[in-house]
This record gives sequence, C-alpha cells and structure tokens, in this order.
Amino acid sequence: MTDAVLRPHAEQAFAAELALLAEHDERPRPPGWKLSPRAVTTYLLGGELPGGAEITPKYIGPRRLMEVAVATLATDRALLLLGVPGTAKTWVAEHLAAAVSGDSTLLVQGTAGTAEEAVRYGWNYARLLAEGPSTAALVESPLVRAMRRGAVARVEELTRMPTDVQDTLITILSEKTLPVPELNTEVQARRGFTVIATANDRDRGVNELSSALRRRFNTVVLPLPETAEAEVEIVARRVGQLGAALELPEAPAGLAEIRRVVTVFRELRSGTSADGRTKLKTPSGTLSTAEAISVVTGGLALAAHFGDGVLRPADVAAGIVGAVVQDPSADAVAWQEYLETVVRERPEWNDFYRACRDLS
Amino acid sequence: MSGGDGARVEVYGVRHHGPGSARAVRRALAAFAPDAVLVEGPPEADALAALAADPGLVPPVALLAYPEAPGDGEAGRRAVFWPFAEFSPEWQALRYAAEAGVPVRFCDLPAAHTLALDDEPADADAAPRLDPLGALAEAAGYDDAERWWDDAVEHRADGPSPFPAVAEAMAELRASAEPPGADPPEPGSARAREEVREAHMRRVLRRARRDGFRRIAVVCGAWHVPALLASVPASRDDRTLRGLPKTRVAMTWVPWTHGRLANRSGYGAGVRSPGWYHHLFTAPDRPVERWLTDAARLLRAEDLHVSSAHVIEAVRLAETLAALRERPLAGLDEVTEAVRAVLCEGADEPVALIARRMVVGERLGAVPDAVPLVPLQRDLLAERRRLRLRPDAHDKELDLDLRRPTDLERSRLLHRLRLLDVAWGVPDPDAGRANRSKGTFREAWTIRWRPEFDVRLIEAGVWGTTVAGAAAARARDRAERAASLADLTALAELCLLADLRAALPHVMRVLADRAAVDSDTARLMAALPALVRALRYGDVRGTDPAPLRAVVDGLAVRVRVGLPAAATGLDEGAARALLDGVAAVHEALALLGDDDRAAAHRAAWLDALAALLRRPGLHGLVDGRVTRLLLDAGRLPDAADRMARAVSAGAAPDRAAAWVEGFLAGGGVVLVHDDALLGLLDGWIAGLPADAFTDVLPLLRRTFGGYGAAERRAIGERARRPRSGAPAPAPDDDLDPGRAAPAAATVLRILGWEVPA
Repeated sequence: MTDAVLRPHAEQAFAAELALLAEHDERPRPPGWKLSPRAVTTYLLGGELPGGAEITPKYIGPRRLMEVAVATLATDRALLLLGVPGTAKTWVAEHLAAAVSGDSTLLVQGTAGTAEEAVRYGWNYARLLAEGPSTAALVESPLVRAMRRGAVARVEELTRMPTDVQDTLITILSEKTLPVPELNTEVQARRGFTVIATANDRDRGVNELSSALRRRFNTVVLPLPETAEAEVEIVARRVGQLGAALELPEAPAGLAEIRRVVTVFRELRSGTSADGRTKLKTPSGTLSTAEAISVVTGGLALAAHFGDGVLRPADVAAGIVGAVVQDPSADAVAWQEYLETVVRERPEWNDFYRACRDLS
Repeated sequence: MSGGDGARVEVYGVRHHGPGSARAVRRALAAFAPDAVLVEGPPEADALAALAADPGLVPPVALLAYPEAPGDGEAGRRAVFWPFAEFSPEWQALRYAAEAGVPVRFCDLPAAHTLALDDEPADADAAPRLDPLGALAEAAGYDDAERWWDDAVEHRADGPSPFPAVAEAMAELRASAEPPGADPPEPGSARAREEVREAHMRRVLRRARRDGFRRIAVVCGAWHVPALLASVPASRDDRTLRGLPKTRVAMTWVPWTHGRLANRSGYGAGVRSPGWYHHLFTAPDRPVERWLTDAARLLRAEDLHVSSAHVIEAVRLAETLAALRERPLAGLDEVTEAVRAVLCEGADEPVALIARRMVVGERLGAVPDAVPLVPLQRDLLAERRRLRLRPDAHDKELDLDLRRPTDLERSRLLHRLRLLDVAWGVPDPDAGRANRSKGTFREAWTIRWRPEFDVRLIEAGVWGTTVAGAAAARARDRAERAASLADLTALAELCLLADLRAALPHVMRVLADRAAVDSDTARLMAALPALVRALRYGDVRGTDPAPLRAVVDGLAVRVRVGLPAAATGLDEGAARALLDGVAAVHEALALLGDDDRAAAHRAAWLDALAALLRRPGLHGLVDGRVTRLLLDAGRLPDAADRMARAVSAGAAPDRAAAWVEGFLAGGGVVLVHDDALLGLLDGWIAGLPADAFTDVLPLLRRTFGGYGAAERRAIGERARRPRSGAPAPAPDDDLDPGRAAPAAATVLRILGWEVPA
C-alpha cells in the first residue's frame, strides 16, 4: 500500500533499517523507547552493523549535534531544533521521532491560525450535544495522543503559532499532564513522552517564545552546509531534479555557474570572502541553500526560454541580486560593496561583474 | 626501583599541565615522603626553585632562560620558557618540596645547551609525546588522544596511583617504537635531541644518588619514564652529552597568563583549556555541577537570564551525553554542549564568552620582588645606553629631530614603551599632534622615569623579551580588543610611530575587518584622514606603506558606496556632521599621492559626489557644499544655473539659505581671492529681478553676516572693481627691485629654497 503514496513516512521508508537496528541493539533502552540512544544516533548518522548491514546516513553534518539531540530526548526534556530554512530541521525531527517511538505522525503544524484545540483537545459537538460532556466526546490532539502512548510528539514551526497557543505547551512540558476541567479529569503522560519542536531562527521575531517556554527546551541549532563542495553538490542535485520536473532542457557547463552562485551566497552569508582576506557586510536575507537552488533554477528557465540554452552569468545575476537585496537600503550597500571589493577583483568573474553592474 | 646503593627512586610519568597528573603527583609525593625531588626543567633554575614557597609567586608563571649577553642578532635575543600553572604536576612537585623543605633539582638538559642548539627548543618535548599517546588511545577505541588521556588519567579524582600503569604502558610503547638494535637516530633529529635530554636526566639522577639522597622522586613527562628507569652506563651518557654547544644563560621567573598557555604557537604550551583544567584541579568535588553553576553566574553577570533550573537541566544533559558517548565522566566537550543547548539556548555569542572567560580564562600570574631582572629590562638597559638616554626622576624636555637617525630611534623607543604602558616619555600635547599633522620632523617629549615602570616591565615580560618584540605583541593584542574604529586607527598610527612592522599587518587586518562591517559611514569617513596622514607620515619614517595602503583603498571604496545612504534624511546637525566628514575625506584623498590608484579614487569620489547631487531631498547644506567642491574640481559647467535654481523662488527660504551657506563655506576670504567664484555670485545677484532680490536679501545677509567686518569690506571692494580675467592692477604698481631684493631673499631662505646669487 505504501508504494502508492507520494511520500511514505520515515518509519515506513526505513522500516528495514529500524528492524535491523533493534535486532542488534543490546544497550539499555529508556522507558518507552524503541531503540537505545546509541542506536538512534547510528540510525541518524549512518554506520555499519555487526552483521555487515549498512545503515544509510539520514543527516549529514556534525555528529555532536545529533548526540546532543538524542541525549536531550533521553533526559525527557523537550528538544527545539533551530535553523534557517533548508537546514533539515523537519527531516531530523521526523527521523528522530521515527527512531525513538516508531511513529513520526503525531504532528502539530504551527501556523498563525493554529488554535488551542490543535494543541490540547477539541470536542465532537454532535456527541457533546447528544450525550453531554464525556470522554467519548473529546477530540484529542496529536500531542495528547503522544502523551497517552508515551511517544514523541512533533510541533512544526513553533514560532509561527500565536504566543498564547504556544504557552499551552508549558504545563504539558513541565507537569507532563494536561488537565481537562470540563470532565474534572486529566491526561497524564506516560514515560517516553516528549516533544520535538522546530523553529526558524530567522523569523524568531514573529512570535518570540516566552522565556518560560524557552527554558523547557534544550536548543540545537542546525547549521548550513559546512563546505562549499557539499553545498554545490546539494544545489546541483536538487536543480537536476527540479529541472527534470519542470522539463527544462539540460544546461551544459552549468556547474561552474552553480559554483559561482554558491560562492556568492556563502561569502555574503559568512561575511568573509572565500580566501578569508576580505570582511563583508552581511545582507538581511537568509541566502540559504534552498534559495541558491531557486536562483539557479530560475536562471535555467531564463536560459532555456529566452537565451541560447546555456546558463550565462546574466541569467543568474538578476536572481542573485533579488535574493541578496531584500532591504533596499542596507542590503543594497552590502551588495555594492561586495561587487566593488570582491567580485571586481576576480578577473575570471569579469562577465559576472558586468552583468551585475548592468542591473544596478 | 632501587639501586645497589640502597636508594629508592620513584618516577612519576605525567602529562605536562594535566590536572589529574598533578593530583596524583601530590598524593604520591605525600605518601612517598622523598628526601629529594627531581623535576623536568632546566638545572640552571635550581636556585630559583625555592621561590615556589614565596606567596608572591602566583601561577601561572614561567621559568625563563635567555642569553646573558643580549643583542648579538636574532639568536642572541632568543629565550626559552617553561610555563607552570597551578594544575601543572611540576608546579605541585615544586610546591610540595618547598613546603616539606626538601631540595629540588631540575633534571632536563641545561638551558645553556637548549639555547645554543638552534631549532625550536620550546617545542622539543611536544613532538614525540603526542603520537605514542595516540597509539594508546586508538588501542582503547578513542579517536582523540587528549580525550583518552583525560578519561584515563586526568578525570580520576582518586583511586590507586596511576604511575605504575603509565610506566608499563610507556615501556611497551617505546619498545615497539624503538626496537633494540635499531639504527641510532640522526643527529639533529627530534629523537636525537630526546636522547640527549634523557641522558642528562639520568646523569642528574645519578648525581643525586651520589650526593647521598635515599628517597628520590622524579617528576617528568610520561614518555621519559622508561628511559629513566633503564640502566645505562654513565660512560655512555657522558659520551652522548659530550661536546654540546653552549651559551651563557640567565634565568628568572616571569608572570604568565592562561591565554599564553592556550597558545599553540610560539611560547604557548598548547593547553587548549587551561581554565577548565584549573577548575578540575581546584574544585573540591562535583566539577561538572560547579562549572555549570559558575557558567550560569557569568552569564547572569552579562544580563542573560539563566535560572537554577537551567543549571539542573544542563547537568543532566552533560551526564546523559557522557553516558551516550560512553565516557566515565562528563568532560569539557559534554559540558560545553550542555552550556550551548541549555544555558545559552543555542546562541553562539555567550558560548564564545564562556570559552574566553572560563575555558581559557584570564588568570595572570605574579612574581615577587626578589626575582632577578627580566630580559625586557636588560634590553631596555642596552637600548638606553646605545641611544644615550638617561633615566631621570625629574621632568626633562627632549626635542627630537626625526631626520637624525639617533633621534628617530629615540622616538621609536619612547613610543614602544608607551605601548607597554611605560610612559617614560610623554609627547608634548601642543607640539606633538599639530606638528605631526603638518608632517614636520620635530617631536617634543617630556621624559621622566618612575620606579613603578620597573614593575610594569616585569609584567610586560609576558609579551616578549625585547622592547620591540613585546610592543609588537602588545599592539596585536590591543588590536584584537579595540572597541572602536577610532581606537584602531590611533593604534595604527602608534604602530607607525613606534616602527612596529611586525604588528602593523595584523592591526591593519583587524582595521579592515572592522571597517567592512561598520555600517556607520560617518565613522569610516572620520577614520580615513588619520590613515592617509599615517601613510604620508610613514613615508618620512621609511615604513612599508603597502598594508596601510590596502586599508585606505578599501576604506575609500566603502565610504563612496555608503555616501548616498549617509546623506539621506538628515537634519541640520547631522548634515553639518556629514559635511565635516565629506570635507575630511575630500582633503585626505587630495593628499593621497600621485599614482594611478589615487587618481582613480579621486575621480570616483567626485563621481560619487556628483551622483549625490542628483538625489532628491538632499539637505541644502550638503547640496551647496558638494556643488562647490565639484565646481572647484572643474566638474560642473552649469554651476551658475544650479545656483540660480537652488536660490530661486521655488526653493523654500531655509533650504536656499542653507544652500548658500554650504556653497560659500570656507569664509569670506575665499571670495576675496577667487575671482571666478565671486564673478559667479556677483553675476547671479546682478541678474536677479528686483522683487526676487528683496526675497533673497535676508538669506545673503545671513551668510555674509557671519563674516568679519574686514572680510565684508574686502569683498565689497573686489565686487566694485570691473571683472576681468587678470587680477586688477594694484594702485602702487611700480616696484623697486633693489629695495625688494632683501625681503625676497629672506622669504626664500625661510622657505628653504636657494637664494639666487
């Protein structure tokens, strides 16, 4: 049945690996856990099992981050994954939940319109009217179901929720119970219950977490790809997939242009030129890997439909300027400085420099 | 081990600067109660070992060996340091011996040889030590040798003495690393050097036995233990030690810092986390809890909200992580992760703060008055003699002509000392700055020697062994800590004055970095003139201008780019401030030089100014002033039209007034001497219709009212005269060359030009 769905859950897609890990896992498991903490880190980071079976890495990045995340869950603390868009926060959360509880579907999506019922419970009004208040008339949120089962619940985009809804989590996380005053009862979480929340640290300001809630979480910040080569590869692969989906013609020699886009993004993001010799102002935009991907795809579309089919500096220049200059005054200065102090000094970037100059 | 003479010898193999080793040494010494302690270190320091009992000697301190006769080139200035921290096993051995009244002997190769042998003496013991540990760590399943040693030895609070096990492990390792019958090491190699050192250690041990000591404790690096326990005939060691080069050295204690211990290069000991080790050594129990509590207190002092609940959760996370990583106790890695994830809520800055203030720490050692002179003092003494500058307890005026080599060097020395907080000379506040900006060759100082300068020199010993070297190191450090761009430009100027070529590139780098991220164009504008001045001044002093020039180039570009934003939405005060900056940059660029790059900067700057004029909503003052600057530069053919436009009926009166004020800035004298400008103004006023003139009159009054009465009269007189290309002839035109000649000759002599015969 799962092969018909567009995207299977992590515990479905990697069921075989999870079973293998459980089979070889001899370390003690915390109450309610399907695997030991060490096996969970192996599941996330990949490795080889005693039988020779290979576990594919789910997360490519610093090992210590995954260890901190797993250790946090093992101390029944809540885990907050922070990072700019496109740093695999949701991906990590899903796989953590799949490995720890065998279920990654207990999910609350945070939006500006998320109501308290989505976090606590709601009522089946037909039943409520017909039979009066009863447990049967209660509609439980995924969070409450996780509490009952002793499983990991996920809250996506926590900071997009209104603050009062966020604060509903405080009691759940500190007391590990949820009172239901209408029925004069409560839901007590079973051992193994915890919460993994993700939040975008670029718009932390949208609905800043209250400090009371904040201190119930351990925070792990997921970084952007560490090396330029890794990022070029991620961009190139995603662009290839997207290009195929949009049925764009294959662009020859696009890799050099991709490398340039990634270099520009990385330099501006980090505030230093690649050779480490020049400091730069950092623009306000995220300049994430995901944006680099869309700049290159946009450039490809331009080249295919309006150009000669080859990805040229001019095709990506407009996209780059658009991504970098979000705030018309401060970012424009940062971009101009970058053009004049870094791009201009690179003889092999002459065509790109001219293309950018023509735009401003 | 005991020899045929009945003496008992115990050898404690330690890791230098390992807190667990220090604890174990302390315990082992107390249990063994030796009658002599041998410590790895230079034997010349035997006499200084007793100072360890002096409460004025507070670690971190370092033993310093330097050649007695300084000044013979770079080699003559070299020095070797043996740093000791509170948590160093060697320090604990010294303290034990001092308290128990037991003699201490240092058993390493004498500094006389170490200094004479030329290659990297300070690191000689680092290289062979790390790799064997790596092999042991790998055997234990660790990928990091330091961490394995931490787990196996340093983190053990008590338990049986680790030394027998360490000795055995090292014996195994050395047996596999140097199989018997292997080739003798090449002369000059690290192994050859090691063999020499170990031969000397054995020799000192032998001598101690001969001197009748019966219970001898040796504290040395773990790697050397098998060599000390091996029975090697004295004659062989004598052969090894024969004919070593030698130089006369002096030794002393100098204060040290944790930051220097953490340094991997130079004289640093390569201890990555001295603050953490110090904590491990001094904390009576519960090191993790205490550390995290201290971290929380530090963060609270910085106004970050950290509660006790945070600390509790941080401790739990650190311990769980240690368990997950299968370590016996949470180490610095786990504790740091816990600090990051819980106390700092994922933010990097507070983590960096804790790394700086706690993991490395800012501890500074102290030495008592009784310690001998430090090389810095000796170097100063030599410099003083060479430059014939006498330390005097009374104020004395010193007038230096920088064109004379001796005076130039005196000036450099005084500036360098000022960098080290030894204000022997104070530049004359009036003459100093004014003269410098005019680029003259004079410098006036008031010099006076104070006794506390000697103390400062001892403290400055951590920075280096020569005045120049220490000043350069200090300048680099100050650059790192500088709070503002202005501080950095001042420091850069000071580096030039003190001729610290070694420090200048670093200062410039920090300066360039700061300038890049500074978004306040006004500050950048303010920084540029000082640098251009320094650049010109550097020419006089013969310093290399390249690094400075690179910064000036970068700054000029940034000022240009930032100018439009800086000129937007200004009130009058801000506009005046900006004009000061614009004028300063304009003037500075004019002084920049004659090469192509400078010309390009000037052209681009004028372009930027011209672009500014096209921006709507520019403040009148700025508009007027920039129009004038461009007019003077010959960039505006339509200045008359612009003036008419700016002051026409359509313009708001206050803006028009501001425009005229900006345009005519620089005082009325300009109008007296600049015919073209006066003509422009005159033409505009004369061309005004009668009604408009009455409207404009108050504005002009406001500008002209600011000039002095004499200026106003002179302007009026000029305006009355017919305008022509040539200046109007003076009334008494017929000069008498004979009577003028003496005056002209005097003027020429003042100007320093040849007097025509």
